[in-house]
Amino acid sequence: MPSEAVCSLPSQIEIMPDFIDIARGVLLEPAGLHESDLERVLDQLLSYRIDMADIYFQAGRIESWVLEDGIIKEGAYNIEQGAGVRAISGEKTGFAYTDELQFPALLEAAKTARAIACAGEQKRIRVSKTLPTERLYQPINPLSSLTEQEKVDLLRQVDAEARRQDPRVKQVIVSLVAAHDVVLVANTDGTLNGDVRPLVRLSVSVIAEQGERREQGSGGGGARDAFSYLVDQGRALGFARDAVNQALINLEAEAAPAGTMTVVLGPGWPGVLLHEAIGHGLEGDFNRKGTSAFSGRIGEKVAASGCTVVDNGTLPGRRGSLNMDDEGMPTQNTVLIEDGILKGYMQDRMNARLMGGVSTGNGRRESYAHLPMPRMTNTYMLPGKYDPQEIISSVEKGLYAVNFGGGQVDITSGKFVFSASEAYLIEKGKVTRPVKGATLIGDGPAVLTQVSMVGSDLQLDQGVGVCGKEGQSLPVGVGQPTLRIDELTVGGTNA
Amino acid sequence: MSNREEMIERESRLEQLVSDLLAEAKKQGASAAEAGVSSDAGLSLTVRMGDVETIEHTRDNGLGITVYFGQSKGSASTSDLSPQAVRDSVKAACNIAKYTTEDACAGLADAQLMAKELPDLDLYHPWDIDVDAAIELGTQCEDAARGLDSRIVNSEGASLNTHAGLHIYGNSHGFVGGYPTSRHSLSCAVISQQAEAMQRDYWYTVGCAAADLEAAEAVGQKAAQRALSRLGARKISTREAPVIFQSDVATSLLRSFTGAIRGAALYRKSSFLLDHLDKKVFPDFVRIHENPRLLRGLGSAAFDGEGVATKAKDLVSDGILKSYILGSYSARKLGMQTTGNAGGVRNLAIDPGELDRDALLKEMGTGLLVTEMMGHGVNMVTGDYSRGASGFWVEQGEIQYPVEEITIAGNLKQIFQQLLAVGSDEECRGNIRTGSWLIENMTIAGS
Ligand SMILES: [Zn+2]
Repeated sequence: MPSEAVCSLPSQIEIMPDFIDIARGVLLEPAGLHESDLERVLDQLLSYRIDMADIYFQAGRIESWVLEDGIIKEGAYNIEQGAGVRAISGEKTGFAYTDELQFPALLEAAKTARAIACAGEQKRIRVSKTLPTERLYQPINPLSSLTEQEKVDLLRQVDAEARRQDPRVKQVIVSLVAAHDVVLVANTDGTLNGDVRPLVRLSVSVIAEQGERREQGSGGGGARDAFSYLVDQGRALGFARDAVNQALINLEAEAAPAGTMTVVLGPGWPGVLLHEAIGHGLEGDFNRKGTSAFSGRIGEKVAASGCTVVDNGTLPGRRGSLNMDDEGMPTQNTVLIEDGILKGYMQDRMNARLMGGVSTGNGRRESYAHLPMPRMTNTYMLPGKYDPQEIISSVEKGLYAVNFGGGQVDITSGKFVFSASEAYLIEKGKVTRPVKGATLIGDGPAVLTQVSMVGSDLQLDQGVGVCGKEGQSLPVGVGQPTLRIDELTVGGTNA
Repeated sequence: MSNREEMIERESRLEQLVSDLLAEAKKQGASAAEAGVSSDAGLSLTVRMGDVETIEHTRDNGLGITVYFGQSKGSASTSDLSPQAVRDSVKAACNIAKYTTEDACAGLADAQLMAKELPDLDLYHPWDIDVDAAIELGTQCEDAARGLDSRIVNSEGASLNTHAGLHIYGNSHGFVGGYPTSRHSLSCAVISQQAEAMQRDYWYTVGCAAADLEAAEAVGQKAAQRALSRLGARKISTREAPVIFQSDVATSLLRSFTGAIRGAALYRKSSFLLDHLDKKVFPDFVRIHENPRLLRGLGSAAFDGEGVATKAKDLVSDGILKSYILGSYSARKLGMQTTGNAGGVRNLAIDPGELDRDALLKEMGTGLLVTEMMGHGVNMVTGDYSRGASGFWVEQGEIQYPVEEITIAGNLKQIFQQLLAVGSDEECRGNIRTGSWLIENMTIAGS
């Protein structure tokens, strides 16, 4: 089965060691820190009986702008900077962090973190190895990729585009966010690796009014790129039109049906189904502990034949992509389900080691002040053979859901929900009337066995996804082709 | 931060930082400014399967500054409190203010509204617990859960968190205020199993002072009992029925209510309770009030996020909406006066009724008891409500069996009007206090 990357973006992969030089320049040099200092901190950690330890340096800058009521209402600039020191002994983790990038503060954090283990013999570390890193995005600072005037002009254009669509549009909120994250990881295995991570996002939210009725719609997108990504091909203006369309459709929506029925999910963002139903349940930590509904089920059939699901952190420019994860490991394309059979978990270093495997490059953390965990990157299903129209035509009576808000999953019972924000009835093989948003609920290990048709139209989302786990938020991507699910419970009010 | 002198020293240092920030803003040309600084330290540890899993020492600093150049504003924040970072932050905020639009409603809250007295609300009770004692407490908690029943087969562990910190706010009206707070919690999550099916549940306790926490064993036992009670859960068929939201999930209905009367939702016309002031939104018996200066309250504060004095008030009395939740910006947008709620509501409560939970089940007769909800299916613009749920099916006032993989749906405006009774079984942890809610009718989607 195919395990190659499937993506609409052109692939431009080069071997580039310069990320680490930039990271050194930003994180170590201003503080007068040298690699020998990092080695001394790692030596301190290894003087105790630990299996692995690392130091994670981060310098993050986020800038955001908000347009509301037709004016540039808010702008904010955030600095997040510090280092986290982690020591692992067996299943135990000790962790401390500091917002001072200075040698004494690092040493103190290391002494606190290593207390998880008992003292042992002295070892010496030399950090030298740097892993080759694929360049999935440019090491740019997106904050300075447009002037402030150009940023606020872009917001105004998006606002005008939304209002131009229809006089029923009463409220438009546009936000523009750019983040520039420089990270460096030194590990007791001697590896030192760095990354420079740009991220931009534009979100549009509108309210349309007709008589007494008001409805909202939203649109947006982003990438690991400069602001030019949003401007190119009129993308930002397209997000405005998406938001207005959704609000206008919702003005006509009737009560959604309630009960179990056939559901057709559109391509792209509805892939949040995969993220909730199977993605979280296949993260290594839950499976090591045996708390996931998928625990111990590798090799079992958990999806219909024809369903192949991957987590791929190597798609150029994608919101969920990373040159390296937050443990310095290269990201990869990991097959989770292949032709219906459960193949593998997503792993960070600690859980991989404890389960006798290797990291899949899924060790991620929100910041230096958080511990890494196995997390998703871009999670999607590969395309099948059906024409999307043919899938809709096959349904006598059901729901066609094309846009979703968030979702949630209970890892242990496997029950998951995701909430539609734009949906229609299918009657006699035709998409007919729009219905109000509703929550869909199902069972993770069972839902994909109900997939009877997989479309040929794989799409990835536009680049706005945020995943939360144990209080840590991270950018992720999802995607899928059009899917027919024979039975899924739809939580409308029309019983 | 284990003793009071050190805290007083810290407080004066952070107050100095706030005045430095305001002075720097003035120097860079701002006509007005406000700044907040916080510093927090703590310990978080987890014990799992009888052994330590993680020990995290946390130490978080942060400052935020907002500058006004006339009616234009800019903001910046940083986790780095060095003098250089302070200057850089102010500079970044001032630069942003050059590009934001003049907004007649922008600015500090009015000077005469600043809190004049700052009573001690008894919010600072640091817990002098060392790592070994914390591990011992976590172990007791998890052992109590794992030992309760042989069907408790696995654990996500017991976690103890203890934090103490300081928050100082000041603005160019000359207001400076701050207070130390502490917060401690103990939680436990375990997994039960019957045949192939696993169920997870948890319990937690939280308080300003360690003495306010439930006993470790009790927390573990409740977590285990909850996980056990879910075993054998099944799906029910699609139907309409009355629903009881158990007190710990009923808090989310109150949160939706406060979300709908927030100033930002109102001036944006994105609330299902738009223009409902002085109108009936709940039945006659409902009173919902806010008590921001409650002693030792987890949500307590003597001044809000703009330095405005907080005061107790009814949001709903006799079922009628009496007040919105406003900061100065949304108040000006609506042509009203701030209610001292910049930063949200503090210690919200709905008056409890006479019936405990079991009596409430009898009152309902046949219907659904919801003990957990999933997902975000609340549309704040329309009030449309559709969420994943699990709980118990009830007949003749008696629990019959656990249910899962269902949704409950309705519209919040109607759900509020159809509130038949509030229980006496108050959920007291956290910022929102309520008993269980009995709702006349909702749509349940299942098999
Ligand atoms: Zn997620």
